Amino acid sequence: MKSLHATQHALADPLTQLDRLEAGLRDQLGLPLFQQRLAEAGLFPLRPTQMEIFQINLGKMCNQTCAHCHVDAGPDRKEIMTRDTMQLCLDALATSDVPTVDLTGGAPEMNPHFRWFVEECHKLGKHVMVRCNLTIIVANPKYHDLPAFYRDHGVEIVSSLPFYNADKTDRQRGKGVFKESVRALQMLNAVGYGKEGSGLLLNLVYNPAGAFLPGPQEGLKRQFKRVLWSEFGIVFNDLYAITNMPISRYLDYLFTSGNFNGYLEKLVNAFNPAAAQGVMCRNTLSVSWDGYLYDCDFNQMLELPVAPTAPRHIRDFDDSALQQRDIVLHQHCYGCTAGAGSSCGGTTT
Amino acid sequence: MKTYYNPEDLKKFGNIGEFQPSLAEKFFAYYGEVFAEGALTAREKSLIALAVAHTVQCPYCIDAYSVDTLEKGCSEQEMMEAIHVAAAIRGGSSLVHGVQMMNKVKELSM
Ligand code: SF4
Ligand code: SF4
Repeated sequence: MKSLHATQHALADPLTQLDRLEAGLRDQLGLPLFQQRLAEAGLFPLRPTQMEIFQINLGKMCNQTCAHCHVDAGPDRKEIMTRDTMQLCLDALATSDVPTVDLTGGAPEMNPHFRWFVEECHKLGKHVMVRCNLTIIVANPKYHDLPAFYRDHGVEIVSSLPFYNADKTDRQRGKGVFKESVRALQMLNAVGYGKEGSGLLLNLVYNPAGAFLPGPQEGLKRQFKRVLWSEFGIVFNDLYAITNMPISRYLDYLFTSGNFNGYLEKLVNAFNPAAAQGVMCRNTLSVSWDGYLYDCDFNQMLELPVAPTAPRHIRDFDDSALQQRDIVLHQHCYGCTAGAGSSCGGTTT
Repeated sequence: MKTYYNPEDLKKFGNIGEFQPSLAEKFFAYYGEVFAEGALTAREKSLIALAVAHTVQCPYCIDAYSVDTLEKGCSEQEMMEAIHVAAAIRGGSSLVHGVQMMNKVKELSM
């Protein structure tokens, strides 16, 4: 499978995505726009709370091409963060008391400066999280020692596994992905990840393999724990249930499967003001591969930079100026506020 | 086309209170409690509901509990097995009455 970008698909253009979402909501479904719903909940304009997480996207290159990917990542994407931009991130991190650095991609490990960057973040005393797609660990012998590298730097691992069987996982993430993910999880377990008392956190991300919303996180976690343990001897710490964002490749899936209207309606009807209170853009700053600043990774992919009142590049990083900004919102934001809410750390309520 | 069943009507289930609010309120409160986590998990209850939906052959319930079981992370195999349980009970309940027929036949036969 190729990225939308590589096939020059109309939905590779963020403006087309935003237009179609807004037209779908307002014109076809007659539903209120996100900003309006937020205003009714007394949360508009949406402001940051306290910056706690620096989420840095190290590039769009990935060994997988998942059907739902909001990054439109894949082996054909060449956008990748340079060491100079990483240094700018480190300079910013050194001046800030943001405690957590969350590394994402693509497959962040495919960036040639990845390990150096993790080491430097670790030296600054930051808690480092890596969004590891699991299969990268077994993709090439040069990555086989990643579990040990992660362990040595106290890295927290967050990994997608949309289902506890091969069938559904592979339909979303590609043929053979489940089997390889299981192998990678076993390798992570072998160095202590997910094991009680090890202090090495291994969290899984569940997202629905289709046009439906995630059910309660606790029940899903129980089921994943039960099956992964009994069938594969795998242990993990937490499971984050994440709602699929109606953007990029998942948006394409919604259109081609005829689920666009139904899914949007579901998201809007499930709007939860309590979930809106806790959206992740309030405590996260997202940095793109080329150093620009966004309110979240979704806005980054939609090329919606932080408000012009704030510094827009990591070289101009200014904690207090960013704190004063209004968060940039669009119709995809309904994906964060449905039901129990959704963020990179799971539900928000 | 006019039909007795319309998928859009499922969303209007909550409106039954329009004609009789207090009973509807009690029913939905009861319904909510039935499906909450209890001695059975919400997930198990959802699979039971899916099976029962096929027994009563209610298109609304089949729609609702196909989605609900998916949301609760049930696998497709689990969902189909639940329906086989319903089918087995339905088939079995017909067949087991064969004993009554046999009783009657034996009573009347030489
Ligand atoms: S979802 Fe993750 S693993 Fe899949 S293509 Fe996108 S970045 Fe790669
Ligand atoms: S999509 Fe981004 S900006 Fe919108 S609510 Fe979610 S986290 Fe915030």
